Amino acid sequence: MDRRSFIKTSSLASGYFMLPGFLKPLQNLITLPAQKNLVVIQFSGGNDWLNTIVPFNNDLYLKKRPRIGLKGDKITVLEKDLALNNVLLPIKEFYDNGELSIVNNVGYPNPDRSHFRSMDIWHTASDSNQILQSGWLGRYLDTSCKFSYEAIEVDNYLSLALKGKTLNGLAVKNINQLYKEVKTPYFNDLVSVTKDDILSEDNQGYLYKTLIETQSSVDYVYEKNKIISNSFTYPNTEIGNQLKNIANFISSEITTKVYYVSLGGFDTHAGQVDKQNKVLSQYADAVAAFIKNLKELNKWDDTLIFTFSEFGRRVEENASAGTDHGTAGNVFLFGKNLKKKGILNQAPDLTNLDNGDLKYSVDFRSIYKDILQNWLQTDATKIVSANVNPFNII
Amino acid sequence: MSTPLSQIFHLYSRLGFGISYAEAKQLQQKTLTEIVNNLIVSSSIPTYLNDIKKEDIPNRKDAMEEGMNKKEFQQLINEKLQELNIAWVKKIISTKSNLVEKQTLFWHNHFACRIRDPFAMQELNNIHRKFAFGSFRDLLVEVSKSPAMILYLNNQQNKKQHPNENFAREVMELFTLGRGNYTENDIKEAARAFTGWTVNKDTRDFEFKEKQHDADEKTIFNQKGNFGGEDLINMLISNKQTAYFITKKIYKYYVNETINEERVKQLADFYYQNQYNTGALIKKIVTSAWFFDGENMGCNIKSPIDYLVGLSRQFSITYSNYKLIFQLQRALGMQLFFPPNVAGWPGGKLFIDSSTLLLRMKLPSALLNNSELEVAEKIDDPDDQAKEHIFANKKLETEVNWTPILEETKGLEFDKLLKIYLLKQPLQKVINKIKSDTALGQKEMILKIVSLPEYSLA
Repeated sequence: MDRRSFIKTSSLASGYFMLPGFLKPLQNLITLPAQKNLVVIQFSGGNDWLNTIVPFNNDLYLKKRPRIGLKGDKITVLEKDLALNNVLLPIKEFYDNGELSIVNNVGYPNPDRSHFRSMDIWHTASDSNQILQSGWLGRYLDTSCKFSYEAIEVDNYLSLALKGKTLNGLAVKNINQLYKEVKTPYFNDLVSVTKDDILSEDNQGYLYKTLIETQSSVDYVYEKNKIISNSFTYPNTEIGNQLKNIANFISSEITTKVYYVSLGGFDTHAGQVDKQNKVLSQYADAVAAFIKNLKELNKWDDTLIFTFSEFGRRVEENASAGTDHGTAGNVFLFGKNLKKKGILNQAPDLTNLDNGDLKYSVDFRSIYKDILQNWLQTDATKIVSANVNPFNII
Repeated sequence: MSTPLSQIFHLYSRLGFGISYAEAKQLQQKTLTEIVNNLIVSSSIPTYLNDIKKEDIPNRKDAMEEGMNKKEFQQLINEKLQELNIAWVKKIISTKSNLVEKQTLFWHNHFACRIRDPFAMQELNNIHRKFAFGSFRDLLVEVSKSPAMILYLNNQQNKKQHPNENFAREVMELFTLGRGNYTENDIKEAARAFTGWTVNKDTRDFEFKEKQHDADEKTIFNQKGNFGGEDLINMLISNKQTAYFITKKIYKYYVNETINEERVKQLADFYYQNQYNTGALIKKIVTSAWFFDGENMGCNIKSPIDYLVGLSRQFSITYSNYKLIFQLQRALGMQLFFPPNVAGWPGGKLFIDSSTLLLRMKLPSALLNNSELEVAEKIDDPDDQAKEHIFANKKLETEVNWTPILEETKGLEFDKLLKIYLLKQPLQKVINKIKSDTALGQKEMILKIVSLPEYSLA
């Protein structure tokens, strides 16, 4: 029996032996049934959803977008007078078989058209005029998790979404490199002499606690991940690599529940069509590979993918063949057992606008609540205070 | 008779951005009072930021008419914002007026503002500097009339027929009273008082537009009157809660993130009685014996600016490209002129997560000793959260002249070096462990010390 198949057949036992001392409490969790994974993909910059899920049958659409509007062989009809931008065809098979649900007109009251403020609102699940300093997934860590690696962002920085009041997620761009960085003799020395202490509650103790947790989290993820060999082919793009990393994490059976990645390039004020199509197509290719890979790994049933952007864009195109900041947009949910399938609600109303922008009809926090309550199985009201009901598709 | 080094380091860490060992040694001959007075006097006449000229920043409409496209305009604004950021960081690194920059940084965070007009942002920054130690009332009036704040908090849209409550809300919640000390109705009515406070589109200066102002009677804080904006500011100032709210924040900044309630109340009374003279309050704080209590030393977490500037000053780092320092601020979680929202940077422990802590512990070797670091090479537009960063391992373009540093610390033992570079001492076993590597040269010892988690404590 070679090493890999040994580990495959005895993954529970090997998982136990690889746990660093600091994480011993975890052994109790290991016998739990297959856990659910949430994968969040953020479109940064404000995606133009109207050129993503296209209201092709609405006269106003092409009238307001004579230069950038999509039609004919650029789109494929779905339902409810909406069509898919053809660069997204790689994900159409999931729509066809009920594994992709699309929600229209998602937003929040009194929308803010600034990137950073609106992204803050999506990250913290706050009201438009409320400032929160912790993220919704960070508060999920606070209320329902023990270790920072239970929410991993595949990046060098940690987004606000994953910062809790007492626990932060872990940013891991490249686990092998991060491992090298945190396992230097110097860091080892510092951790080795402090890890068994009861550290003080003050800031000095907090710094060491963060250091120790970082090292043990990285250690744990690295040890579990290093035995994974995934030969599935992904597109050679940043998002492709990031999703492949996530597939590896998931197949390593670490107890991480949340994965987070962001994809940039959506702030298309000028020359929109080519730019947006490029990033959307990278997204579609990467997600299609990811889902097929997870199916092969028998992990698809336990995975939910959620895609959002901080806002949609103005209905009317601007003078530079682009679009300016707008309001409501779509979200995508990919999963095996979604309760409702396809396009879930009415197409955007292009006549009834708010200063040239779409009006929202679904509060994004109702989707967060649905995810928290029905997928991550936690008390959503402790995490999202907004008075909205769970969306109820999961 | 000499002042203990530990007190000088503490003082310069809190009232400034750190001090080199050589400078601290020179100060030792002076009394503590003299040193404090010097710090205050050297900050009495501020010099202003003037790198961004009004004429360099066309308004968007004019720029478009002159044939600039949106992308070019965006790039211009990005470049100028970066220029402004770097100009201030350079100023903080080189300033002799430590305290004025320290207090400007406090107001920069208190009156957090972020708009894409570099000239207006510079103007607001200079208001913070001008009134750093003056009356908080005057500062509040100036900030409320600053184009940057008016635009940021939508007072431009606050008109008699359609009041916009954004400014009225933040002025109470974040600038003066704090949550829970006003009603929603107070906000509604206060918004009416500020109607007509606008920015003139041509001059880009403050303008009171009488036509847009609602001069009718309002009821605010249970008082009735035909209040205007300044009346409201006076009402906020006459409320003692404002003195308490500001004092508490100043105490956390200069003394301890964990407050001593009794002490803060007394200081707030003092501030209120002294007509909100911020300089007097700060002087009162730093001349109190408890300012040097052990529990108040090395207890706070350095903000990324304190951390970066402190390191740069302590080791006289020369940057061949200041863009690096712009990017590092972002990576460390605090980029000047780009606060996360109107509440500013939350600070303290919230500056620390695994990524930022690791970066802080790796930076000294990279900045001081040319070791490689993975850095963001390209972050074009902080307002486009596209995160277009390409990361690569590379050496940072910095230079440090180690000769004088090694000269002045020559022969000093490890324990002594710890006290020079750290405001809070590590646990004894941590010290023993690091010290046990006997092969270390002087430079390596110093690098190890400033790479410790304790170097992040102020």
